Amino acid sequence: MSSITDTAVATSRNRRLDISTFLQRFGTAGIFIILVVVASLWSDIFLTKLNMLNVLRQVASSAGIMAVGMLFVILTRGIDLSVGSIAALGSVLTGYFVAIHGYSTPATILFVLLAGAGCGVVTGFFVAYLRLPSFVMSLAMMAIARGLSLIISDGRPIPLGDNGTAFTDFGSGFLFGIPQPVLLMFAVFIVGGIVLNFTKFGRIITAIGSNEEAVRLSGIAVPRYIIAVYVISGMLASVAGIISSSRTAVGSSQVGVAAELNVIAAVVIGGASLMGGRGGVVNTFLGALIMGIIANIMNLAGVPGYHQQVYMGLIIIIAMLIQYSAGTLKHG
Amino acid sequence: MSDLVRLNSISKSFGGVDALRAVDFDIRPGEVHALLGENGAGKSTLMRILGGEMQPSAGSLEIGGKTVTLRDPRDARALGIAVIHQELALAPDLTVAENIFLGQLSAVVSHSALRKRARELIGRLGFAIEPGRVVSSLAIAHQQVVEIAKALSQDVKIIVFDEPTAVLSAQDAERLHEIISGLRGKGVGVVYISHRLDEVFRIADRMTVLKDGEKVGTVAVGDTNVDGVIRMMVGRPLSSLFPPRKERQVGKVVLKVNNLSAGRRVRNVSLEVRAGEIVGLGGLVGSGRTEVARLIFGADRPDSGSIEIKGKLIAPRSPRDAVRAGIGLVPEDRKMQGVVLDESIRINCTMARLSDVVNGLGFLRQSAEKKTVTALGQSLRLKAASIENPVTSLSGGNQQKVVLAKWFHAGGDLIILDEPTRGVDVGAKTEIYGLINRLAEDGKAVLVISSEHMELFGLCDRIIAMGQGEVRGELQPKDYSEERLLGMTMVGSLTAAAAGGQS
Repeated sequence: MSSITDTAVATSRNRRLDISTFLQRFGTAGIFIILVVVASLWSDIFLTKLNMLNVLRQVASSAGIMAVGMLFVILTRGIDLSVGSIAALGSVLTGYFVAIHGYSTPATILFVLLAGAGCGVVTGFFVAYLRLPSFVMSLAMMAIARGLSLIISDGRPIPLGDNGTAFTDFGSGFLFGIPQPVLLMFAVFIVGGIVLNFTKFGRIITAIGSNEEAVRLSGIAVPRYIIAVYVISGMLASVAGIISSSRTAVGSSQVGVAAELNVIAAVVIGGASLMGGRGGVVNTFLGALIMGIIANIMNLAGVPGYHQQVYMGLIIIIAMLIQYSAGTLKHG
Repeated sequence: MSDLVRLNSISKSFGGVDALRAVDFDIRPGEVHALLGENGAGKSTLMRILGGEMQPSAGSLEIGGKTVTLRDPRDARALGIAVIHQELALAPDLTVAENIFLGQLSAVVSHSALRKRARELIGRLGFAIEPGRVVSSLAIAHQQVVEIAKALSQDVKIIVFDEPTAVLSAQDAERLHEIISGLRGKGVGVVYISHRLDEVFRIADRMTVLKDGEKVGTVAVGDTNVDGVIRMMVGRPLSSLFPPRKERQVGKVVLKVNNLSAGRRVRNVSLEVRAGEIVGLGGLVGSGRTEVARLIFGADRPDSGSIEIKGKLIAPRSPRDAVRAGIGLVPEDRKMQGVVLDESIRINCTMARLSDVVNGLGFLRQSAEKKTVTALGQSLRLKAASIENPVTSLSGGNQQKVVLAKWFHAGGDLIILDEPTRGVDVGAKTEIYGLINRLAEDGKAVLVISSEHMELFGLCDRIIAMGQGEVRGELQPKDYSEERLLGMTMVGSLTAAAAGGQS
């Protein structure tokens, strides 16, 4: 293949592209490294193994696992606001099936996953076929799933009880010195990364976010892929619910309140574009870790809980500005 | 008779491309002056300049003998110039009365007074539209009446109609012509842009023909006929852009469309394309060509009629069905529909047939894909530093080659190309023509839609002329001429063109 003839134009364009591509690709890693360095200089406790595991466990049971599903949705230019509520539904159903109905552990997991997937099917169907905005549709699902979790639990926590020891063992258990929920989170990120980078599915959902019409006119059944991302998001949210129940030994309708905001923040800090088509699993993982580390530092520093939220918001703005400048460099 | 408005030697260029070159145009009071030309000839640009929406790069504007500068549409409006665009510029959620008097509203709005004045105004045009209705609830034709009433609500000296009858039924068009006659009687100067030569000959006093941004001439209606005007509109020298045609084996019928209809845009269309054959769909923008292609490709659904591929009836409900049936579409709007701009050349090229580069588990075989796409790029002479570069980094011609590569890879039986060389420079055009020929040499059936007639003549084995959603006729290579093609699409048929010429 011959190369582009107009080299002067090409190189100047490439150079600008390089800076912005670099920021987009490694901006999140930069924020992450700076954060870790600052935190470890500032606090002796931060880099201890115990604290690190604490951060990871925190991330695993909050934004971490759901961030993978959210990333998939955001790649298609959608948004899923229902993940926190679906996590609550997953948590309540774990208690409901295991403690009240005495189902076996595998059956409980299966049904909880199906419930999460079912929520995703409903959201995805309306978004894909009836073209409802995902923001509105998932907002509705957010209310519905939260309501269902309240109805099923009658608003009270459901202790997992003796039949749920497999869950509580998992929630507090270690493997190779690492908490099992953290290992599960790693597994989800790894599988998510493989799906996104090495499969037809990953390629198509990314392309849909960039130009849905061109993908449709290439003869690809776009609606199925759109439904699939909401199903994945719903299932991973119900997994987050199971983990929450496993750690606290109760199924609670109060799990995951406002979690969707943290999840979206993690994905966006990870450099994904809300306009679709751009984002990666590694950066999303770093985004979730950044959220976790910031919370951890503030706890170590003894920042009062109410203040923490304000600082968290400010830090998100700073991270977004870095990503935004990368974006404008590319398009400007 | 002195001129109302005189446009002197107007030029306009967009980023180095000349849309208008030294065009003179004048309008006299009480005349209908038709402005004619093919798509892209510069008619709309000229009228935008008259309406103050654009400033000319060179040239001047005289109104009543005085040179003026129009900085924006309000300046033009204040001088009595109103432009009625093809795309109506009404506020859809406001009422008819509010729209008519928008811009003249005082701080306190008396609805009853407004509606009374609006009703009078519309009544004078010979229509009865309730002034309190919300504009979006009206039919397009009535929206246009509102737009005209809006223009007439202020003192108007010149009114421009940009293809007003394109959206109107015959009956409404007739009434519009009555309105225009009335305006003429009152001494208003009317500029009338239309592709329907028959109606132009009925209502116009003079006509000016533009071609490729230049004025061909201005003639009085009595001094010419349909043939003469068409000759003014065409007459470009036949360029040597087209690669020599190899002998092709024309085989069995691949595409057979029977009595396809969809709304008012496609009416009872039947056509056939054989293997190894390149068939053109000619006609003006809006004649239903793109709509036919979209129906065949499953992007829209027909009301009635059938589509057969290789003798098998298909009813594509989505582009996916069509692609599975062996149809490929190179769409009109490359950037919005043809390619995923931010993705790499490699990813775009295999999009329409991923089965080739995916294993049973849905995993991509990236090295196989690289090999395939590299070979494809070489064979299509794609100019790119790497197949991993995003499509945005390519020139228009090479982007179009990526779209073609996608369908070369998909390997269907029928390829539909909608404006395949739009926004492509001359050198790349020749290469794309070569690739289209190659598709046919490979035994595919090719359907080409183009507004550039020379392109159709250079490429196609025969041309189907469309006008107003209907097939108006078919041209064989020995009959190729722009006069004939335009005559068929604009007037109805060759015989009608001849009859028009004698009248």
